[in-house]
Amino acid sequence: MRLHPLDRKLVRDLWRLRGQALAIALILGSGVAVLCSSLAVVEALTETANAFYERQRFAHVFATATRAPVQLVARIRELPGVQTVEARVVKYATLDVPGFEEPVNGSLVSVPEERGPDLNRLHLRRGALPRRGRPADAVVSEAFAEAHGLEPGDTLGALINGRRRTLEISGIALSPEHVYAIGPGAIMPDARLYGVLWLGEEALRAAFDLDGAFNDVSLALARGADPDAVIHALDRLLARYGGIGAIPRADQISNWFLTNEIRQLRSMAGILPTIFLVVAAFLGNMVLARLIATERAEIGLVKAFGYSNADVAWHYAKLVLAMAGLGVLLGWAAGWWLGRWTTVMYAELFRFPTLYYAPGPGPFAAAAVASLGAALAGAVGSARRAARLPPAEAMRPPSPAAYRRAGWLSTALQRVFEQLTRIVLRQLLRWPLRALLTSLGVAASVAVLIMAFQWVDALDYMVDSFFFDQQRQDVTVALTDQHGSGVRHDFSRLPGVLAVEAHRAVPVRFRNGPRSRRESIIGLPADGALEVLKDARGAPVAVPPAGVVLSRALAKRLGVQRGDRVIVEVLDGARPVVTMPVSAVFQTWIGTPAYMDLDALNRVLGDGPVVDILLLRVDAARLPELYRALKATPAVAAVGLRRAAVDNFDDTIGESMYLFISLYAVFACTIAGGVIYNSMRIALSERGRELATLRVLGFSGAEASYVLLGEAALLVLVALPLGCVLGLVMIRMMAASFETELFRIPPVVEPSTYGIALLITLFTAAACGVLMQRRVVRLDLIRVLKTRE
Amino acid sequence: MPAAQTAAGTLSGRGLVKTYHVGEVDIHALRGVDVDVCDGELVVLLGPSGSGKSTLLNILGGLDTPTAGTLEFRGTQMDTSDEALLTRYRRDHVGFVFQFYNLVASLTAEENVALVTEIAPAPMAPADALALVGLGARRDAFPAQLSGGEQQRVAIARAVAKQPDVLLCDEPTGALDSSTGVLVLDAIAQVNRDLGTATVVITHNQGIADMADRVLFFGDGRIVDERRNATRRAPSELTW
Repeated sequence: MRLHPLDRKLVRDLWRLRGQALAIALILGSGVAVLCSSLAVVEALTETANAFYERQRFAHVFATATRAPVQLVARIRELPGVQTVEARVVKYATLDVPGFEEPVNGSLVSVPEERGPDLNRLHLRRGALPRRGRPADAVVSEAFAEAHGLEPGDTLGALINGRRRTLEISGIALSPEHVYAIGPGAIMPDARLYGVLWLGEEALRAAFDLDGAFNDVSLALARGADPDAVIHALDRLLARYGGIGAIPRADQISNWFLTNEIRQLRSMAGILPTIFLVVAAFLGNMVLARLIATERAEIGLVKAFGYSNADVAWHYAKLVLAMAGLGVLLGWAAGWWLGRWTTVMYAELFRFPTLYYAPGPGPFAAAAVASLGAALAGAVGSARRAARLPPAEAMRPPSPAAYRRAGWLSTALQRVFEQLTRIVLRQLLRWPLRALLTSLGVAASVAVLIMAFQWVDALDYMVDSFFFDQQRQDVTVALTDQHGSGVRHDFSRLPGVLAVEAHRAVPVRFRNGPRSRRESIIGLPADGALEVLKDARGAPVAVPPAGVVLSRALAKRLGVQRGDRVIVEVLDGARPVVTMPVSAVFQTWIGTPAYMDLDALNRVLGDGPVVDILLLRVDAARLPELYRALKATPAVAAVGLRRAAVDNFDDTIGESMYLFISLYAVFACTIAGGVIYNSMRIALSERGRELATLRVLGFSGAEASYVLLGEAALLVLVALPLGCVLGLVMIRMMAASFETELFRIPPVVEPSTYGIALLITLFTAAACGVLMQRRVVRLDLIRVLKTRE
Repeated sequence: MPAAQTAAGTLSGRGLVKTYHVGEVDIHALRGVDVDVCDGELVVLLGPSGSGKSTLLNILGGLDTPTAGTLEFRGTQMDTSDEALLTRYRRDHVGFVFQFYNLVASLTAEENVALVTEIAPAPMAPADALALVGLGARRDAFPAQLSGGEQQRVAIARAVAKQPDVLLCDEPTGALDSSTGVLVLDAIAQVNRDLGTATVVITHNQGIADMADRVLFFGDGRIVDERRNATRRAPSELTW
């Protein structure tokens, strides 16, 4: 097949413009890669989760109580909309894994021996469910087993309800309830320090003296049933038995994390690719506009031959589409790889039997349509201009660019600058919009860089403020029950303990009009020093003897501020309902906690001085001894270790974050390089004659380059502060769209982050400058000056 | 070969050869040219397209280097590829005027001239240079506001403002009608006369040759003939 001559021209034009075409393709490709990888991972996670949930019959409603009689199950089953009821025992225990120093937190979940549960079914990887008559049998969660190298037949110690038991691993399993297995009080999954153990129903009931009773229930609902109505009815039934409020599947902790991650991925798929697509569209337009300006005569000629306006417009549109097409192909390949890599990373964090990564055509088609659309949108103006040129006019050279004196500005120019600088400045003033758009393009890359590096700042800040500034204890111990304040003294005698502070956590429901939120109120002792609340400016917030202190996120959710009153329904003990003033609001980036004075809290509950959480400052050298002691202390329900939590946070987030940041840095350099290279390249083609004239007049290569590089430098200089501001705006947008009840990203930017972003951009600009400078020096003076413009 | 030299001049070329390689073809633009241009002399190069005039002018002006042969400017070897030396030579000693005026669109007439005076060692004031070509009143106009003839005269003012030793003009009237062309040639003749600048003008108009001291006829990369005019005629008396 022979190519049409115009198409052959197209191919040659593309080859001639290959540098610029490649820059545009790379920028578009980056956008396509982020877009299709995000969408593909969203698809992979959503589909895998839905399939797993359905196969394992993941429940729709979850509730806990203190002790409810088994007879209640029949009444729950009769509630309208309820299809299946699974009543069970769920408790915490301290585990002692052979060869592992630290105490490990375990969730113990009862399952009917041999047949397994009807809801939240286990996906057995190896081994078998707990057998009848074998109370030591336990199925353990896969991540935990992997972290400790446990296999069926291995044993581990557990302090269950104050008694030390040895459990034998009968199987290893995954559960839809623990796809994201996060331990009590933890902010990230740590498979070494937290595991889920499924024990035989009879054994667990016996261990916790819950014969004929349960303390946890999950429901599957009939299709079309209203979960809120069921939750309401269930809460009424369980209220007498210590129910602390049922939750829908959406609030179930593991599922909540998963859906939240998916939501964040979706918002990622919105913001970044848009930047890339807009920049690429702008560049496409710039290149095309310049090409059309240089090809006026050819356009006139082909129109004189009888080609229609549409033919001409389509010819140039095809040029941009070809560049975009290359970008789409590159982006598809990079996106597929990036998506796969992200999915593999997620498979570590979210435990599914298999995380399928087989993206359908959807994400790829969406990315292609978006980028080709953006490219075409960018090309429309130029293509239309080409089509509109009347043949006769097209074949005349364009009239020289008209410059005018701009009054005072010109006088100022004349007074201050020599001729070369005047050329630079007048050029910018002549096309201010183009200059602004170029600066905005470079600014976008600065912004993307700042956004990428800000993750490190934000996470450092979050870890510092949460683990060091706000919580100053080394070890947190959750007690099995409420204890008198004497427990503080008992723990202070454990090896290595330097200081002990006793707190109390009470589950409550806050209400303000139609808004409500389940949360725990933490009671802080008046003389407490290990947990310090700070306001947004970092000043300490005191917990007054009356009223409740809310985190900003909780206050926002409830729609209250300092001085307002809020209804507190206590979900424990005598379940009093009281109205309290909000005595202060404090800032935290993790969770939505609430605090009260410990004595005031105990008074509200009508209790004496009781506590159930202990904060310990310890001597690091004696940690092993302390760990051994804690593993043997019956009152301990769960242990939180600051050092391990910080390390785990760094390990989990660190590696993937740095890879993401590197990728984003590459993307940002692509934008900066693409924009700067393209605008310089265009300036060179527009002003080759001027530059050659300067060389002929006796200016050196460096001096002539100054006109070109000076303009670019000025545009980059304007772009740098603009990019910093844009970066901050984007960080705030990202923070807002990523805001959840568990995490908020602090919009802090360290000066070094600005510095790195600016340096990378400057370096990229300098590299483009060197390339251009070489072209200016090699300009063919004679040829340029002899051609009629 | 007819001799093109008088006494050794300001600018002196011997055996100048220029060969371009275009694809697999060698184009012999100059096939051995000897030439001298003296102070105050006005030389016209005449000949058909492709006869080697422009190639010689580019070599004389330091825009190009010969493939073989030597070029001396006041005793300094200029047949070199030393870019810094050539830049210095163009900056300090040579003025160029082209068929297409090559003004910087973003600078006014005066600023275009100042572009040169800012870097030249002993320039005249830009306003004086413009007055010399009769454009004193148009100094604040941008190129887009000037006619073709006016633009070319600004180009001449720019070329002479540095008080060059050599003024090289490549088809300076090629893009102009004849009455405007006369104004431009007048300006060139005046500069040559008043400043004593060695001047070389390329044209393919026989009529223009009468304004020269000496006419070199080009053909096929060589000087095929040379004529010395007994008297120079003023441009206003020329017809073409």
